[in-house]
Amino acid sequence: MTASEDAVETKGKGRSWRDVDLRAVAPFAALALLLVVGALVNPNFIGFTNLANVATRSAFIAIIAVGATFVISSGDLDLSVGAMVAFVASLMILFMNSGAIADPSLMLTAAMVLTVVIGAGCGLLNGLITTVGKIEPFIATLGTMGIYRGLTTWLSQGGAITLREPELQALYRPVYFGSIFGVPVPIAVILVVTAIAAFVLYRMRYGRHVVAVGSNRDVARYSGIPVDRVRTIAFVIQGLCVAIAVLLYVPRLGSTSATTGILWELQAITAVVVGGTALKGGAGRVWGTICGAFILELVGNIMLLSNFISEYLIGAIQGAIIIIAMLVQRSLVRKS
Amino acid sequence: MNPDAADGAPVVLAARRIAKSFNGVQVLFSVNFELRAGEIHALMGENGAGKSTLVKILSGFEQPTSGEILLDGQPVKLPPNGQAEQLGIVIIHQEFNLAEHLTVTESLFLGREVTRYGVLDRKFMRAETRRVLDQLGSHVDENALISSLSIADKQMVEIAKAISRDARIIFMDEPTAVLSREETSYLFRQVRKLREEGTSFVFVSHKLDEVMELTDRVTVLRDGQWVKTAPTAILDGESIAQLMVGRELSSLYPSKQEPSVDEEVTLAVAGLSTHYVKDASFEVRKGEILGFSGLIGSGRSELMEAVAGLRPRLSGEVSVRGESVPGGDVHAANRVGIAYMTKDRKHKGLLLNSRMTANLTLQSLEKHGHYGYLSPKSEAEALERARRRFDIRVRDGRVVAGRMSGGNQQKLLLAKVMETEPDVIIIDEPTRGIDVGTKQQIYHFISALARDGKSIIVVSSEMPEIIGLCTRVAVMREGRIVGILEGEEISEQEIMRYSAGLKKKAAA
Repeated sequence: MTASEDAVETKGKGRSWRDVDLRAVAPFAALALLLVVGALVNPNFIGFTNLANVATRSAFIAIIAVGATFVISSGDLDLSVGAMVAFVASLMILFMNSGAIADPSLMLTAAMVLTVVIGAGCGLLNGLITTVGKIEPFIATLGTMGIYRGLTTWLSQGGAITLREPELQALYRPVYFGSIFGVPVPIAVILVVTAIAAFVLYRMRYGRHVVAVGSNRDVARYSGIPVDRVRTIAFVIQGLCVAIAVLLYVPRLGSTSATTGILWELQAITAVVVGGTALKGGAGRVWGTICGAFILELVGNIMLLSNFISEYLIGAIQGAIIIIAMLVQRSLVRKS
Repeated sequence: MNPDAADGAPVVLAARRIAKSFNGVQVLFSVNFELRAGEIHALMGENGAGKSTLVKILSGFEQPTSGEILLDGQPVKLPPNGQAEQLGIVIIHQEFNLAEHLTVTESLFLGREVTRYGVLDRKFMRAETRRVLDQLGSHVDENALISSLSIADKQMVEIAKAISRDARIIFMDEPTAVLSREETSYLFRQVRKLREEGTSFVFVSHKLDEVMELTDRVTVLRDGQWVKTAPTAILDGESIAQLMVGRELSSLYPSKQEPSVDEEVTLAVAGLSTHYVKDASFEVRKGEILGFSGLIGSGRSELMEAVAGLRPRLSGEVSVRGESVPGGDVHAANRVGIAYMTKDRKHKGLLLNSRMTANLTLQSLEKHGHYGYLSPKSEAEALERARRRFDIRVRDGRVVAGRMSGGNQQKLLLAKVMETEPDVIIIDEPTRGIDVGTKQQIYHFISALARDGKSIIVVSSEMPEIIGLCTRVAVMREGRIVGILEGEEISEQEIMRYSAGLKKKAAA
């Protein structure tokens, strides 16, 4: 308009470097740094076998964290995911033990479908309590966390729930231990889930709604976006991701107990935050989340392979990582 | 009124040639102001005339760019952040600074609790609170929780707080905005009582009748300049209204085009009520620009939000071309062609951390792809069109909205609303906080939209804008439409009379 206004906006001219969002790059830089550190600590670390192992083991947290990316981007929080894993997995095993369907492959298919439905249902419950019940998500999911965990303990009568049928075990085993074209199945699942999530978040109307609702609920409401529906669906997506993680988890051990998935919610949230998603909502970074989950697992791996630090300190190190990640995020925001 | 007592009384607080600018925009020009001991001094002016800035400077919350402040005749530099309280200068804000969960006594002594041997001396504080409240003639219980008090009583606690801190000068910013008639007269009795004891008041208000009733002298500001200071007794409501406005309209505005009377009625609102708005009825024709004027808090935005489905309606009908629009449903309102452009572009209009594209298409994503998929190409084209149509001037199309100038943000917001292809466009404060050049552009956009056959409602607190743009003007006061003006009637004085409650006619 006026000369002064133009002057203000000339700043944006040098677009090449200024445009790179440091927050999006930071987690990948951290990952690269960790790989270098790991290689220095132990030459075995950088080998394909070890890294593939780490990635496989990060699958549960990574997939759950993809769901958490949606919930957190829309400005909410889900603390119940760890308990939800235990609950959904227990129901799945109990169903398979029930022998309701004789044919093993049919049984397995039915069990998987049931798992997905239950996962989505658990997510829906969280979503409805938060939006229709108008209860802070922190409190709502703290409540359902207790419920899901308690139900699991009750179902297992304090012990373990184990998949009994050997035929089913054998049939189901490859879902965690197998590989497709040389890629371990869990890694393939991570990639597929993340790719779909990225498409939804960045290329679909719903994803745009999530970001709008998370960055400013008033703006979203004034733009005619059904805010409560968007938030509820995010919780359902979280439930679906938990169900997918369960589908990978059950063939691994074939058993659940009251302590299954303990503290996974914290790991998932850590992965999301380390990945560059703002905890206050509004900016989802799905690939960053995967990177964050991988970083968490790598740190544990490096600690195991090195002799400097006791592996009993893993929890403390992961706690430190989330704090450092927040500090880095904030300083990057200030700079930009 | 008590002009004699104040006349010749010593001046306690004075502003000499105060000027103030924010980021190079001057909002006060060499303003003089004098407050005598034991007087109630009204500070008046239109929205944006500089009243609040002057009050903030005189209470230390802002420092003047130039000029000096005299306290008891001595030049002073007032300490910032409310520390001027220690000099006896207290400001009572429109939104109270009271913690809801404290008791009256705790509130009064907040931050300067009295202790004995390191333990709170509650007995003493309670007695002291009682003494101050009695002195005010207030029956508020000193042990009551703030949250349990009425608004008037909360205000009384604020005043008691001021007195207990030995305030000599009390600024009250629109103190009666939230009070009922009875509460107001109760407040005025207390204020008069304190005046007898020598306390000075600065009373910022839009309500002419209250100013006439309560104050001793009036100072009028207009566009950041001092216009007049005079004893209230020699003025009347009319002359104050004259002083507050009285400025020429420039050629900022495009020529008006009156729609013909037989033009189709696009939007009809009948008997609409919300919790605040009472029984509002009006119609807008095709190609018409209808203005909504009134003081801040008169219910204009609330009415418009109810029309646009952003707020539930208690009763009443809204229809577009005869088709009834369900209440409280933004999407339904959008579908029949009603779009509301908020006045709060930073908090309700734009995602400040998102780029222009995401903002532009947020309200109309269905247009950009099928089955929930978004086509980046279609969105990019929309942005290109919008940039050309509304002359959004940014060098880098990928800049986030929060970094754009106010003018460009406003154009982007207008473009966003227009993306929904509405027939009825409600624009709330079209030019708040933007420079005069962009203002002119926006006025021309609005006028062009009307010529295209859109029906437009302009809600504005800037009277020249309303007068310059609109062919009919509805004036609201305290939740009601108190008059709809047409043709020659549309003048600042006339609108001011309606909005200040000096004149009233049944809503058309």
